[in-house]
Amino acid sequence: MPFTLSKKNVELRIKELQTKAATIKDLQLSFGRLITETWTEQMGPTPFPGILDLRDWDHMLLQRYKPLYMPHSDVCELCTMGKCDLTAGKKGACGIDIKTQQSRLALLTAVIGAGCHAAHSRHLLEHVIEKYGPRFPLDVGGVNVEVEAPITRLVCGVRPKTLSDFEEVLDYLENQITHLVAALHTGQEGSNIDFESKVLHAGMLDHVALEVGDIAQIATFGFPKADPEAPLVEIGGGVVESQKPLVLCIGHNVATAVEIVDYLKANNLFEDVEVAGLCCTAHDVARYNPKAKIIGPISWQLRFIRSGMPDVIVIDEQCVRVDSFAEAQKINAPVIVTLDKISLNLPDRTKDSADQIVTDLVDTKAPGALILDPAKAGEVAVRTAIQVAPKRQKFKSIPDVTDVIERAKKCNLCQECRRACPQDLIIPEAMRAAGEGNLQQLAELYEDCIGCGRCEYVCPVAIPPHTFIVKAAEAQFKQEKYKIQAGRGGIQDTEIRNVGSPIVLGEIPGVVAFVGCSNYPHGKRDVAEMVAEFANRRYIVVTSGCAAMSSAMYKNEEGQTVYEAFSKNFEAGGVVNVGSCVANSHIAGAAIKIASIFAKRNIRANYEEIADYILNRVGAVGVAWGAYAQKAFSIGAGCWRLGVPVIVGPHGAKYHRMLLGRKDHEEDWYAYDARTGDRVFVGPAPEHLFFAAETKEEAMVMIAKLCMRPNDTTKGRAIKLTNYIDLHKRLYGLPPDDIHMFVRSLADVPITMKDEVIRILDEKKWVEGRVPDPTLLPRMIRKKKEGV
Amino acid sequence: MATVEAWQRAEIAGPSKANVIPKPEVFVAMMKRAKRPIFVAGHHVVEVPEGGTYIDYIIRIAKAANIPVVATSHIVGEFIKRGFQPAAWMPAVDITSRLQDPSWMGLDSNGQYDLAIYTGIPYYMEWLLLSAFKHFATHLKTISLDRYYQPQASWSFGNVSYKDWSTYLETIASQLEVK
Repeated sequence: MPFTLSKKNVELRIKELQTKAATIKDLQLSFGRLITETWTEQMGPTPFPGILDLRDWDHMLLQRYKPLYMPHSDVCELCTMGKCDLTAGKKGACGIDIKTQQSRLALLTAVIGAGCHAAHSRHLLEHVIEKYGPRFPLDVGGVNVEVEAPITRLVCGVRPKTLSDFEEVLDYLENQITHLVAALHTGQEGSNIDFESKVLHAGMLDHVALEVGDIAQIATFGFPKADPEAPLVEIGGGVVESQKPLVLCIGHNVATAVEIVDYLKANNLFEDVEVAGLCCTAHDVARYNPKAKIIGPISWQLRFIRSGMPDVIVIDEQCVRVDSFAEAQKINAPVIVTLDKISLNLPDRTKDSADQIVTDLVDTKAPGALILDPAKAGEVAVRTAIQVAPKRQKFKSIPDVTDVIERAKKCNLCQECRRACPQDLIIPEAMRAAGEGNLQQLAELYEDCIGCGRCEYVCPVAIPPHTFIVKAAEAQFKQEKYKIQAGRGGIQDTEIRNVGSPIVLGEIPGVVAFVGCSNYPHGKRDVAEMVAEFANRRYIVVTSGCAAMSSAMYKNEEGQTVYEAFSKNFEAGGVVNVGSCVANSHIAGAAIKIASIFAKRNIRANYEEIADYILNRVGAVGVAWGAYAQKAFSIGAGCWRLGVPVIVGPHGAKYHRMLLGRKDHEEDWYAYDARTGDRVFVGPAPEHLFFAAETKEEAMVMIAKLCMRPNDTTKGRAIKLTNYIDLHKRLYGLPPDDIHMFVRSLADVPITMKDEVIRILDEKKWVEGRVPDPTLLPRMIRKKKEGV
Repeated sequence: MATVEAWQRAEIAGPSKANVIPKPEVFVAMMKRAKRPIFVAGHHVVEVPEGGTYIDYIIRIAKAANIPVVATSHIVGEFIKRGFQPAAWMPAVDITSRLQDPSWMGLDSNGQYDLAIYTGIPYYMEWLLLSAFKHFATHLKTISLDRYYQPQASWSFGNVSYKDWSTYLETIASQLEVK
């Protein structure tokens, strides 16, 4: 059996050590980790890649998909030589120009996201190693999932078997993220393209971090393991039984929420106390126990806290409103913070007894506590909720209707609330109507409101518009009860085997992943509609995070949500919720597994080849319609490097840079035919890597278009064109003007649209092309031509 | 009275920001002075947040001044329904990508444009698109025809009432229609 020494080792150096027995000088010891090597797959070229190891691939992508910068700020204010005005070609005191500064800020955004996920996974891993031991096996699907960690295999070249195997993976991530952060310092990188390459590196690291976190929690907590039959769980503002004490968990790190459930079960309290969550902790606690309930996406924090429903609020990490403690105090609900990322100036009570903490919280001697021990935090949360609930009586910070009407009368229509609203909602008119006793207009704003509360900080007469909107829509909020599939985790190898061929050949028109946050331009309905549209069109639809929740919040005419109406299998027409943010790893993982399981490509430390495979063959598109977070950006960056395009909504333009192809630049759209080495025109497929759509309709058409890949068979391309043309005609009112760029031969033309398409081809003076075995990598050419 | 502050309060620009167009006659003069102007119209021309449309004004202005129109998002069909053929339709980020590229030869292959008039794209998105021009397109001047001050344009109306803005649009169309 071969042995290898771990790349990540430890060195100990002792300059001088004096003991009674001896004096030791200049002792140097190196500790590695011996790994029994049972994985016979050949090691690829880039194990644990450093910042520059995939630079050539990045530059190739960035040559085709050039950054479009839309600066949010004209100045740099990161050092004391500034502020520096970088407008229109001016340089800063360090010599930086606006393009480089924008790419630098893109890297900053990406490393915040990647760092966040890596830290999250580090905490989870340490917690579960302490609880379950370092040799705990990583079973994420039994015999159905042999490629258990495709991203880790691809990036790091290791095959993790136990929890401790992830330690060196996280060591690597932390090392690389530190180097990327260093590149942000003044006087470091001076090329926007190399900054962008580092953005892609950060994204790739982010994906590894996601995978580590989700595998660790799936394996140890017993979440559904690549299970299409993961149970349906309840979601919505009205799913909590109001007469019961409620522990509300907010954030993304489920460690404490798991302990809450365990405490309830151990003490036979689960029927007496409600556990519910907002955002990804909600997803994950429902994966742990389907009796736990999901309130909704992260944007519902204010409205749900102010509803007075929570008796105790448990905060973990990421995307938590930083004023949640102040909001909790308004409803007399104690707060428990559980991680070092968020401490809120609360006293560290980790070493105090649970009895004492509970007493202090219940007697309001302390409004909150920092408890870093998840088990203790779980016990305190439950016991406190039970004792606080009768005192609170669901005290809420939302006024009654009479109060709303009276205070609305003070509105002077100054427009400041509207000007503060990211959605530009026409609040003043609704407030005027409310002052006249009609709350309907306020209620109608509820759907589009993203719950940020900015309107409340600007009113000169102290009207709280967001609170009034929530009050006006209170009945609607309380009636919201839906079903969502609990996050199932990964995709089974057998599922990949079944769909690998039709995806790569194009006969399944695409895999569309609706992911990310809830900063939607027009409410959550858009996401639910898009999910249903593409499932009906026999795409494979995958969901995660807040988008997965929003997808559940509408019912069809039969009263079913998309998770009830469509297949739960990873197959054409299926709608698959993989889970929380960290479960996004399974979406990227599925694309990698197609290369591994279906195409038999070596994936071990073979990033460039697999990304090239995915870019040219796997018709996958990510849609982050409400993306707002740095994490969403870093997840997107991981997709770009892997060759998966990402569409965001109009607010996503605020990431201030796109990666856009130019279909009018014919020279950008050539690939090698791996069989011959010929350079072949493959059309703008996919046209963009990062694209902000102005409207839902534009996004839907772009989804269909970005699913096209050079490798599509004629049958597959005809299916994809059918969807693209049909959607374009329905939503735009006419056929697309670029059909000729996607037709390689007449066999590509959809048979039902033949006359129409051929007429367009004639008008465009279309020239027949061919379907190559596409690659951007010269080394993949099997028959070398001279000069290649 | 028009103000010169961003409509969405936090969307402040940097050291340089748009000049305010004080009256519609100035807008007309700028259009007439441009050698190769282009209109970029977003979906709000058929879905004004307050209700209503102003696509008919865009068509009148474009016809009168003989300016090509690029319809962004999904609204090309709305123009065609009204008997007007836009020169092109494409996503807002795509037309912006092309317009900020000095080497782009335009929709008609006759060269890059010298004036881009943006309207009807969500405020925060249009703000960013105009920012790309401000920094990277010295060959191009930009005007926002929206009723809110767009600091990242070269010129913009101030924040004006819906009624005043409608009057502006009528004035612009009428004056351009006078040959």
